[in-house]
Amino acid sequence: MYYLQIFSIIGSLALFAIVIDFIRRGLLKEKYSVLWLASAVVIMALSVKKELLDSIAGWLGIAYPPSLLFLVAFIFVLLITLHFSVVISLLHEKNKAIAQELALMKNALKEAGIDVPGKARGEVKK
Amino acid sequence: MKELKVRLLVIIPAFNEEAAIGGVVASVRRHAPEADIVVVNDGSADATADVAGRAGATVLNHLYNMGIGATMQTGYKYASRAGYDVAVQVDGDGQHPAESIRFLVGTLMKNRADLVVGSRFLGEGDYKPSLARSTGMAIFSKVVSAVIKVKVTDTTSGFRAAGKRCIDFFSSRYPDDYPEVESLVLLHKKGFSIIEVPVTMSERASGRSSITPVKSVYYMVKVLLAIFVDLLKRV
Repeated sequence: MYYLQIFSIIGSLALFAIVIDFIRRGLLKEKYSVLWLASAVVIMALSVKKELLDSIAGWLGIAYPPSLLFLVAFIFVLLITLHFSVVISLLHEKNKAIAQELALMKNALKEAGIDVPGKARGEVKK
Repeated sequence: MKELKVRLLVIIPAFNEEAAIGGVVASVRRHAPEADIVVVNDGSADATADVAGRAGATVLNHLYNMGIGATMQTGYKYASRAGYDVAVQVDGDGQHPAESIRFLVGTLMKNRADLVVGSRFLGEGDYKPSLARSTGMAIFSKVVSAVIKVKVTDTTSGFRAAGKRCIDFFSSRYPDDYPEVESLVLLHKKGFSIIEVPVTMSERASGRSSITPVKSVYYMVKVLLAIFVDLLKRV
């Protein structure tokens, strides 16, 4: 056992535990946790099974096998950020639709003689 | 008169235009009294909404600033739901000539077109943009004209009339970032017809363009990218 191996096993276990705990406490939605859990499991597997790490590294032509751990972690981080960008874009569209609907509905209410209190100018700071 | 049967809506996007918006609404009422007017106030921090309302327009207030694309789309959603036949976009800063609204609408009806764009460059107008901007606009014109196979000289013009099909499409799908240029590409992909007519525009009555000359090169690159991305989009 190398120290790096012990370190990455503990690290991936901690990540797994934290993600599970966040889901349990409602801080993280299940559908946004899949990539996090997958990265913890894959890094854990590569850390525990040194032969697996060595053979994949050899196959890829990586001279120093532990750097494969960094590569795998980096790829997961890229996937997670890309996933977030997609989620943010979808949220942006939904948020826009709600705000537009609100503008139209407030006007409809006003035309029906119901004035929604609250000032019109810059109601929410950017 | 045939025009009288057409239900016409003028959509005016406005962000912090309290100085100009009253004049714009009054000018539209004078030159196109048959039109209903909706001002979409994009989260202005000034009295834009009050001034527009007092001038006689219907005002739709965004809760916060969402940009020109979302602002125009709110107007188109209003037009689509209220069943208007034609919607004309007029900028809130007073640079678009209200006296040309009927000309745009007339051209739209006569040619059964989906979109009519008012161009600063087709006619005899005295619009003189800076060198950087005119170069950028010329490049957009070349690229967009080649892409959509219709010659458009003023791709960034926000003075345009949209027919019913176009209103419905825009209410469900309107680009966020550079809507004037991008919407032309989307409409072309949709198979809609686009016509350009000459109009004379005045210098903006107040406020600054959202595009400063210094940023125009950066702006140009981004718009060109957006055009090519739009070509890949499903419509």
